[in-house]
Amino acid sequence: MKDQKHIFSILVDNEPGVLSRIAGLFSGRGYNIDSLSVAQTVESNASRITMETRGDDHIIEQIIKQLHKLINVITVIDLTDKHHIKRELALIKVHAKPEHRAEILRIVDIFRCRVVDVGHEHYTIELSGDEEKLRAIMNLLKPMGIIEMARTGAIALARETATKNSN
Amino acid sequence: MKLTGAQILIKMIKSQGVDTIFGYPGGAVIDIYDELANHPDLRHILVRHEQGAVHSADAYARAKGDVGVSLVTSGPGATNTVTGIASAYLDSVPIVVFTGQVNSALIGNDAFQEVDIVGITRPCTKHNYLVKHVEDLARTIKEAFFIARSGRPGPVLVDLPKDVMTATIEFEEPGEVHIKSYRPTYTPNRKQLTKVVELIKQAKRPLIFAGGGVVLSKSSDEITKLAKRADIPVTASLMGLGTFPASDPLWLGMPGMHGTYRANMSIDSCDLMIAAGVRFDDRVTGRIEKFAPNARIVQIDIDPTSIHKNVSVDCPIVGDCKKSLALLNELLDKEDSAEVLGDKSQWLSQISEWKSTMPLRYDQGGEIIKPQFVIETLHELTQGKAIITTEVGQNQMWTAQYYGFDKPNHFITSGGLGVMGFGLPAAIGAKAACPDKLVIDVAGDGSIQMNIQELSTALEANLPVKIVILNNRYLGMVRQWQDLFYDKRYSSTPMECAPDFVKLAEAYGATGMRASKPSEVKETLEKGLAAEGTVIMEFVVEREELVYPMVPAGGGLTEMLLV
Ligand SMILES: Cc1ncc(C[n+]2csc(CCOP(=O)(O)OP(=O)(O)O)c2C)c(N)n1
Ligand SMILES: [Mg+2]
Repeated sequence: MKDQKHIFSILVDNEPGVLSRIAGLFSGRGYNIDSLSVAQTVESNASRITMETRGDDHIIEQIIKQLHKLINVITVIDLTDKHHIKRELALIKVHAKPEHRAEILRIVDIFRCRVVDVGHEHYTIELSGDEEKLRAIMNLLKPMGIIEMARTGAIALARETATKNSN
Repeated sequence: MKLTGAQILIKMIKSQGVDTIFGYPGGAVIDIYDELANHPDLRHILVRHEQGAVHSADAYARAKGDVGVSLVTSGPGATNTVTGIASAYLDSVPIVVFTGQVNSALIGNDAFQEVDIVGITRPCTKHNYLVKHVEDLARTIKEAFFIARSGRPGPVLVDLPKDVMTATIEFEEPGEVHIKSYRPTYTPNRKQLTKVVELIKQAKRPLIFAGGGVVLSKSSDEITKLAKRADIPVTASLMGLGTFPASDPLWLGMPGMHGTYRANMSIDSCDLMIAAGVRFDDRVTGRIEKFAPNARIVQIDIDPTSIHKNVSVDCPIVGDCKKSLALLNELLDKEDSAEVLGDKSQWLSQISEWKSTMPLRYDQGGEIIKPQFVIETLHELTQGKAIITTEVGQNQMWTAQYYGFDKPNHFITSGGLGVMGFGLPAAIGAKAACPDKLVIDVAGDGSIQMNIQELSTALEANLPVKIVILNNRYLGMVRQWQDLFYDKRYSSTPMECAPDFVKLAEAYGATGMRASKPSEVKETLEKGLAAEGTVIMEFVVEREELVYPMVPAGGGLTEMLLV
């Protein structure tokens, strides 16, 4: 069986220690975490974790069951085969030498992102999109010199229309 | 009614029907102990090491079929419980462990005797809690007991900061426990069970494989009924011994690494395996690709993670073993008897041939005591009615092979973790749960020294237990591996230096006896079992006896080394 990338949306109790239970489950059982993002949802007593992981069918089945087994996990949805919207936010601080500024702004424009901080030597760009878009802009900016970068990891939600029939 | 945290704790423990707790005091729990002195109806058994408190609570739970409780202080008291908690976790035993914690204002400051026991035990508890506010205390305790005993049972730890124990509030009875993210599936899918009925009718060589889940769900009557109804032979894992009577002709013995020849051969040949409450541990399956290669496998378990974990299953049933087996029996009752029984004569005669050609065997000569002979004699003298706990190693395997358990909850051993030092505190816990039963710890000379201090607990609490030491002056099971697979290089397994166990017993105020000749075995056991109080019976046994059959690690079940 081949490893496949999966994206889970996990609703958990918003309590101290819950993230550590999940991280501990993954490290203890040797599962991979490719990306992880956590924040409170509408109700203050629940948080949503979006997690990207990899594994063959057998491992993915175990991951879902093991997550469910944790007392603080409310629901686990595997979005991989469902229609879903996936986004990631990145902040990229790039060298902005005078001769590069126009080029950087053009890229920013094409990718519909924004410059959120300007200095003598740098621009900080805010960008949201899927992984491909992030990679594309990174490749274009690399020659100017990326100083540092922060990414949120993916967040995702199922699309409403498509989920009505699937479970 | 205004109550302190300590008063609420004790009130809630009592309201769970608990009458005994095993514990050890310290600064962080001194307020609880102070309150405990006002409650003679809640028996506190003072252990000599916190590991013992947890093993005792574990065995108490298993002997009684209820929850066991221990109470220890913060820091070292808490860390000493970890081995016991891990053992209960792997054997799915319902216990609640209360640990003291430093004042909540000090948590995180590396205060004296502060450890993050919730962090430490996260991977080896079913769930755990740090109670930060006295307002949450009653509900948390109720939840802890609920989680420990429901679904697939397991240990729950509750960490109690000292200031939460001394705080006072107006007590409010917590309502019913309702945890939205925790709803174990008890009721099985009926459709799946109707499939099992068909599988049973079609099967020529069916087999039942019962595990610890059958003990936990108290469904040995249902397993027995199923076996008789459809004439299906039964094997049971170490944790499931006693769920089906060993004296029954349909009994196959235990499977796996030290399983009987006929159990392992039957697994290899069966065309249907009905597995209930088992998790297909590697000690049972041997090489997984060769496990039950011809069988369709039905697996009943309340824990979905147990299903498809190690073995792929044809008919998974998520549900309580008792409910599932009862429903299966009900469905079978509606079927034609002859069809359900089928013609199993060939299958059963094949099994009895395996039994007669390759029985469990040993040769008891006239000079040196064979450990197996001690266990067989013990069975004969107790008529299989004693509660037996064991240590870990050869002593444990010989007990499993030769004692012949007829009833559940009578064999208490550390199965999943295999903790040396389990047997003596376990015997004490079982005796506390069943004071009218004879309770015997079958021990090795190595293991008994790991929690020997608990002799004082037995004496002080007036919980007389009998200890049978099979003294081979070796860490026998490890030596067995060295003998068979490491060119007999006995690296660090001889235990030449050991205490005089007779004198040791006497030093603790117990009785000590020793037998060195086969002719003395029966008499020593008779005397020791009849004697009042706690007794150590030491048997100086054949040093280099091996546990057979043996499937070498990673081998298929039919690749047994036989005597
Ligand atoms: C706490 C712990 N440490 C180490 C082991 C590894 N181990 C398994 S069996 C065994 C030997 C046990 O010796 P003894 O109690 O004398 O029993 P015997 O096998 O000789 O009957 C050892 C060291 C263990 N199971 N538990
Ligand atoms: Mg030994």
